[in-house]
Amino acid sequence: MTSISEDSDKEKVRSVSVDLNNDASLVIDIPDALCERDKVKFTVHTKTTLSSFQKPEFSVPRQHEEFIWLHDTIVETEEYAGLIIPPAPPKPDFEGPREKMHKLGEGESSMTKEEYAKMKQELEAEYLAVFKKTVQVHEVFLQRFSSHPIFRKDRNFQIFLEYDQDLSVRRKNAKEMFGGFFKNMVKSADEVLISGVKEVDEFFEQEKTFLLDYSSKIKDATAKAEKMTRSHKNVADDYNHISGALNSTAADNNTAFKKTISVCVLQKLEDRVASDQELKLTELLRYYTRDIQAAKDLLYRRARALADNENSNKALDKARLKGKDIAQAEENQKQCLQKFDKLSESGKKELTSFKARRVVAFRKNLIEMTELEIKHAKVRRLKSNNTLYGSKLSIFLLCQKSLGY
Amino acid sequence: EDISSSSNGPKAEPMLLDHDPDDLFAEATEEVSLDSPERQMILSDGPSPAITPVTINPRADVFDRSPDQDEDEEENRDTFDIQISVSDPEKVGDGMNAYMAYKVTTKTSLSIFSRDEVCVKRRFSDFLGLHSKLASKYMHIGYIVPPAPEKSIVGQRLGRRSSAVTELDPDAKACLCCRYLLRTVKQPALLKDPDVLQFLESSELPRAVSTQALSGAGILRMVNKAADAVNKMTIKMNESDAWFEEKQQQFENLDVQLRKLHASVESLVFHRKELSVNTASFAKSAAMLGNSEDHTALSRALSQLAEVEEKIDQLHQDQACADFYLISELLGDYVRLITAVKGVFDQRMKTWAKCQDAQVMLQRKREAEAKLQHANKPDKLQQAKDEIREWEGKVQQGERDFEQISKNIRREVGRFEKDRVKDFRVVIIKYLESLVHTQQQLIKYWEAFLPEAKAIA
Repeated sequence: MTSISEDSDKEKVRSVSVDLNNDASLVIDIPDALCERDKVKFTVHTKTTLSSFQKPEFSVPRQHEEFIWLHDTIVETEEYAGLIIPPAPPKPDFEGPREKMHKLGEGESSMTKEEYAKMKQELEAEYLAVFKKTVQVHEVFLQRFSSHPIFRKDRNFQIFLEYDQDLSVRRKNAKEMFGGFFKNMVKSADEVLISGVKEVDEFFEQEKTFLLDYSSKIKDATAKAEKMTRSHKNVADDYNHISGALNSTAADNNTAFKKTISVCVLQKLEDRVASDQELKLTELLRYYTRDIQAAKDLLYRRARALADNENSNKALDKARLKGKDIAQAEENQKQCLQKFDKLSESGKKELTSFKARRVVAFRKNLIEMTELEIKHAKVRRLKSNNTLYGSKLSIFLLCQKSLGY
Repeated sequence: EDISSSSNGPKAEPMLLDHDPDDLFAEATEEVSLDSPERQMILSDGPSPAITPVTINPRADVFDRSPDQDEDEEENRDTFDIQISVSDPEKVGDGMNAYMAYKVTTKTSLSIFSRDEVCVKRRFSDFLGLHSKLASKYMHIGYIVPPAPEKSIVGQRLGRRSSAVTELDPDAKACLCCRYLLRTVKQPALLKDPDVLQFLESSELPRAVSTQALSGAGILRMVNKAADAVNKMTIKMNESDAWFEEKQQQFENLDVQLRKLHASVESLVFHRKELSVNTASFAKSAAMLGNSEDHTALSRALSQLAEVEEKIDQLHQDQACADFYLISELLGDYVRLITAVKGVFDQRMKTWAKCQDAQVMLQRKREAEAKLQHANKPDKLQQAKDEIREWEGKVQQGERDFEQISKNIRREVGRFEKDRVKDFRVVIIKYLESLVHTQQQLIKYWEAFLPEAKAIA
């Protein structure tokens, strides 16, 4: 069972998006979380001045499935079709560190006690990093809602924050699963639709081109960044093994060996670089891959509304020709047009603010990542230098001794 | 920080060695510059891995506690200065008979060489031939003959069960051969050996055919090796000398530890190469993302990020080279050297066994003679007396041989341990310098990128 409480760490951890908690009327955070085997229990803490809530400050426990429920409910709400729905947080994935822990347990007999203890420590740190990441991503998800003028008023959102009983979100049964699958199929049909539909509005035409291209590029960049980070971790692991092996060799009193140990132990900073790189760069790319997808979804919905609009126009013409059900067709056409106009208007607003948000987030994360890289490289250089001069000092003294000083 | 002998004084220094060197510099908040006096003092590093100048400080032998100290100091009195390089691998010939020829350059001021600078062409089997000649001449008297360079390396990759045999590329082989020659000439006895001199100096060398694996000599070698292994198991030596017992145990342990370390370093080299590949591929992907980005400043920043990552990829490659050529190869050499050391201990056992056998024979001859005395056969008696004298001589010779080999081994082991410390120290310093350089470059690249990231508006 692991629990974390973020205090000063909060600012560092909340790295992916901009600070979304700048409106004091509704402030949400996840100060604490508990991990039991597979399940993570998040403590969602709300502070608010809004009258729509029963209390000014309260906390509720929530599990990952309940976050997904919230997301799906919002997605299915017709009124929000013109808004970018914040992407659902990914399921907490402890598979990586758990597998490593398992392997470590198997290989325990083949390594020394110190090596085992060190590797265990490393793994625990990795576990903690995954943990922090999942808390952060769930927190940001909620904060996207709370900072949005329309979403924050949503009734389901408020229930999620307030209702102190279990939301009894049952797992999707077979029919719903199938429904989800069908929805995905429709979505790919939408992709064809979205590229096929004739766009009159230049803004949306540009956005469409941009989003389609950017989406594939950022997905690729995310995958490559993940691979790079994994390689970095491998190198750090190797340094761990080497320092363990050196420890056992250094029993022969060789100061030169001992000096290399201190270097290798400090080369573990490679590991910290790897995790910082993960948090800043890779997480940033991952998050925006999902967000771009959410923006694309908005475009799909609008494209569908456009198609509906055109169909309703055609239906009206047909009705007029036949002289039947004209009123109904007119009503239908009016509604479709209204829906389409509403979608276009709010869609434009959303996409514009999305771009601004994205640029700011990239800037922040790139700066933070660069500063961390510099910091770590400087520390490594200093430590390597120290060890270097330590080694040279000992040689110098040896020469002194041999020359009879 | 000035650590010259004129300041502080040596009395303060010795205590520092006991402390963690990190504590010494813990207060140093500003960076220590790399252009400090210590750099010049240390054995200089060559521009390429194949050239490793060796300068032996004559007074360093003060540490040698062996009884032959006088002999060693005498040999080292004239400045021991020899530089060897193995370079320019060239393909010679065509088709089946093609081989790689290496240029071996020797620069020296020693008198035993006929010229100051010699350049010869050698092929790989020549090195193997030299080794087999030296081994047959010196191993049985207790000299540690540096092991022959290997054509390919059998390494365990990443904990996979199977070990992969990889043929070394010509440059790595050149390094290997160079290190082999340097170790050989560091041995005072081997340096004077006519075969070594011929190898380094004469332009033509008879082909060492017997080094081929499937030749008659090759098969004989394998049979001998197997026979040796069996003998080793059957010889039970009464070790009267605790020093030998202790040393043998030490070398066994060291063997195990070095092999483990070597495997870890090989894994590091592999992963770092992988990291370099992944960094390069991320750099390309980031460049494409930058192209796709429609916000101008962010697009530029992403392109810059891609360039930084490309440069870092090159850094990773260089570091992997350092990892390999400095650390991994050195460890491999020492794993093989320890096998040679263990071989020399085995030779001593064989010598002891021979001595024992001679004694047993002598005893038998004496008993036979005693029997003949009673049986009264005068002519056979004379023969028996002759045989006794013969075997007495053999016993004496055997005991002398055993003493000699024990003495040689003591000296050799002392020399080996001293060299080992020196070798590792030199390599560690070079490696640390490469690490410092890498960090320096990283800082430079990221500091150049930071304003670009900040310029995103």
